Amino acid sequence: MSDVTHTATDSASAASTEASRVCAQARDLTVGYPGEPIVDMINFVLPYGQAIALIGTNGSGKTTLLKTAVGLLKPLDGELSVFGTRPGGNARRIAYLGQFHNGGFILPLRAVDVVRMGRFPLHGLVGGMDEEDYEMVLSAMRAMGVEKLADTPLRFLSGGQQQRVYLAQVLAHHADLLVMDEPTSGLDAGGRELYLQAVHDELRRGASILVATHDIQEEAALCHQVMLLSRKVVAFGPPQQVLNSETLLETFGIVIGKGQKRPTVLEREHRHETEPSSQPKPRVRRFWPR
Amino acid sequence: MHVLVTPFTSNAFMMQALIAGMLVSIACAVAGTFVIMRGMAFIGDALAHGVLPGIALAFLLGFPGILGAAVGAVVMIGGVTVITQRSRLSSDTAIGLLFIGMLALGVVIVSRSNSFSGDLTAILFGEPLGISIPAILIQATATLVIAVTAFICARPFLLLSFDPEQAQVAGFSAKLYHNIMLFMIATTIIVSFQTVGTLLVFGLLIAPAGAGALLARRIRGMMAWAIVFGTFSVYSGLLLSYYFDLATGASIILVTTVLFFIVFILQNARSRLPNALEEIQHE
Repeated sequence: MSDVTHTATDSASAASTEASRVCAQARDLTVGYPGEPIVDMINFVLPYGQAIALIGTNGSGKTTLLKTAVGLLKPLDGELSVFGTRPGGNARRIAYLGQFHNGGFILPLRAVDVVRMGRFPLHGLVGGMDEEDYEMVLSAMRAMGVEKLADTPLRFLSGGQQQRVYLAQVLAHHADLLVMDEPTSGLDAGGRELYLQAVHDELRRGASILVATHDIQEEAALCHQVMLLSRKVVAFGPPQQVLNSETLLETFGIVIGKGQKRPTVLEREHRHETEPSSQPKPRVRRFWPR
Repeated sequence: MHVLVTPFTSNAFMMQALIAGMLVSIACAVAGTFVIMRGMAFIGDALAHGVLPGIALAFLLGFPGILGAAVGAVVMIGGVTVITQRSRLSSDTAIGLLFIGMLALGVVIVSRSNSFSGDLTAILFGEPLGISIPAILIQATATLVIAVTAFICARPFLLLSFDPEQAQVAGFSAKLYHNIMLFMIATTIIVSFQTVGTLLVFGLLIAPAGAGALLARRIRGMMAWAIVFGTFSVYSGLLLSYYFDLATGASIILVTTVLFFIVFILQNARSRLPNALEEIQHE
C-alpha cells in the first residue's frame, strides 16, 4: 500500500492524496434487487487502513450492501466507488467472504486447497503459483490457527474449523479491501481472538475492511465506524457515538414491555405486536462477554 | 490370463469397443467430477435424455445422430435457462419438466416411424460393438477437448463448485464458466451416446465420479479414481457380455453401479472407526 504514505506539501496535491487514500465511497447509494430497493441514502467514506462494521438484523440490508460493494449486485441509485471505479472490476484487490450454506455434499478438498483459492484472483486462469503464494497461504493458515489441519479433508473439519479455513482464504489474498459477511459465525472464543488479531494486522498493513456482523462489542472496539442498518441507515459514525440503547433499539426493533408479566416484542418488519412463543425470556441480542 | 485378453486381441470389434469405451469413460470421469462437485447430476440426466428427440429426428431425416443430439442439448439447456430466469421456479423444476417432455417427444417420434423399433434400444444403450473407426476418432477428439477445457478452467470450475459468488468476485465470470461447464457436459453426452447410448453415458458420468468422491481427498484424486473405475467398468463389462452373451451397454452400467456400491459399503464399514478417531483428534 504505497499510496498511503502522505508526503504532499501543497494543498492541491494534498487533496488528490486525500482522494487516493479513500478505498471505497458511497454517495446517496440505494442498494437492493432490481425493483426491490432495500436500503437507500447510504453515505460513507472508507479510507485505507480503516474498517466499517455493518450491524443489523437478518434482512436489514447488510448482505445486500456487501454484495453491492463487491459487484455482485448493481447499485440501484446513487454512487458507489471502490478503488475509484465502480465495484466489480478489481478482483485482484478485493477479497470476499460470503455466507456459505454448506449443505449436502462437501467438496473433496483439503483445507490448504481452500485457502489456496484465495490466491486465484492474482493469477487468473493458468498463472503459476510460486514460493511467495505458498508462504502467504501458510501464514494465513497460521494466523487462523489451522496450519496443522492443512492436509485434512474439509469434510473432517467442524463448522468452526471450516470457518477458520474460509477466513484464512480471505487473509491469503492480501487484498486491499476485505469484505466479510458474518465472519465470526461459528467461531469459538479462540477463533474469535485469532480473527480479531488478524483483522488488526490487516488494518495495520493498510487494508480496508467492510464487515457485516452481529458481534457488536468486539467490532465496536475494532472498527473505526459503525453503520446500523434496518432497511434504512439508522445511524452511522464512530462506535462510541452510534452504539447507544436508542439506536440499537431502533435497529433491532425490540421493545421489551416493562411492568408487564410477559414481554412484548414489536417486530418492525410486520408492524404488529407478537407474543414471544415459549418462555418469557427477552429476545435481546446476546453480546459476547469478554 | 488369456481369457482376459484374447477377446480383445482376436476380435477387432471388441478392441474398437474397448478403445471407444475407455475414451468415453475418461471424458465422463472429467465431466462427471464437476457434475458431482456442482450438484448438477439432474441436468446431466436431463441432457442424456433430452437429446433423444434430436437423435430420433436426425435419424428420421437422414442426418448424423450426433447433430440431432447437439440440437436436443441446446434446446434442453436453453429451455432450462429461460424458465429459470423468467420465472420463480427453481432449475430442478425446469429440468424435470423439459426432461420428461423431451423424452416423451423422442418416444413419440420413434413410435411414428416403423423402421425405428430396434433403434430405440440402440439410442438408449448404444451399440458398443458396432463402433466405427471415424466414430472413435470423433470420440478421441472430444475427449481431448474436454480434458483440455477442464485443465484450463480448473480454477474457475473449482471456485464455482465452492461458491459461484466467490468465483464472480475473484474475477471469473460465474455465468461464463457455468456455460463452459454445461458445454463440456453436453459435449460429453452428445459425443458419447453413439458408443454407449444415452442411458449409459449418464451412468458413466455419475457412478465412477461418485465412487471417486467417496475415496478422494482432493479433486484430482477424485478424477483419477473416476477414470480407473470407468475404464475398469468398460473393460469388465465388455468381457462379461462377451462370455455370457449379455447386452453390452447394460453390462457396463451394471459393473459401474456395482463398483460404486462396493466402494460405498467398504467406505462405510471402514470409515466408522477411523473417522470417529480423526474427529476426536481434531477437536
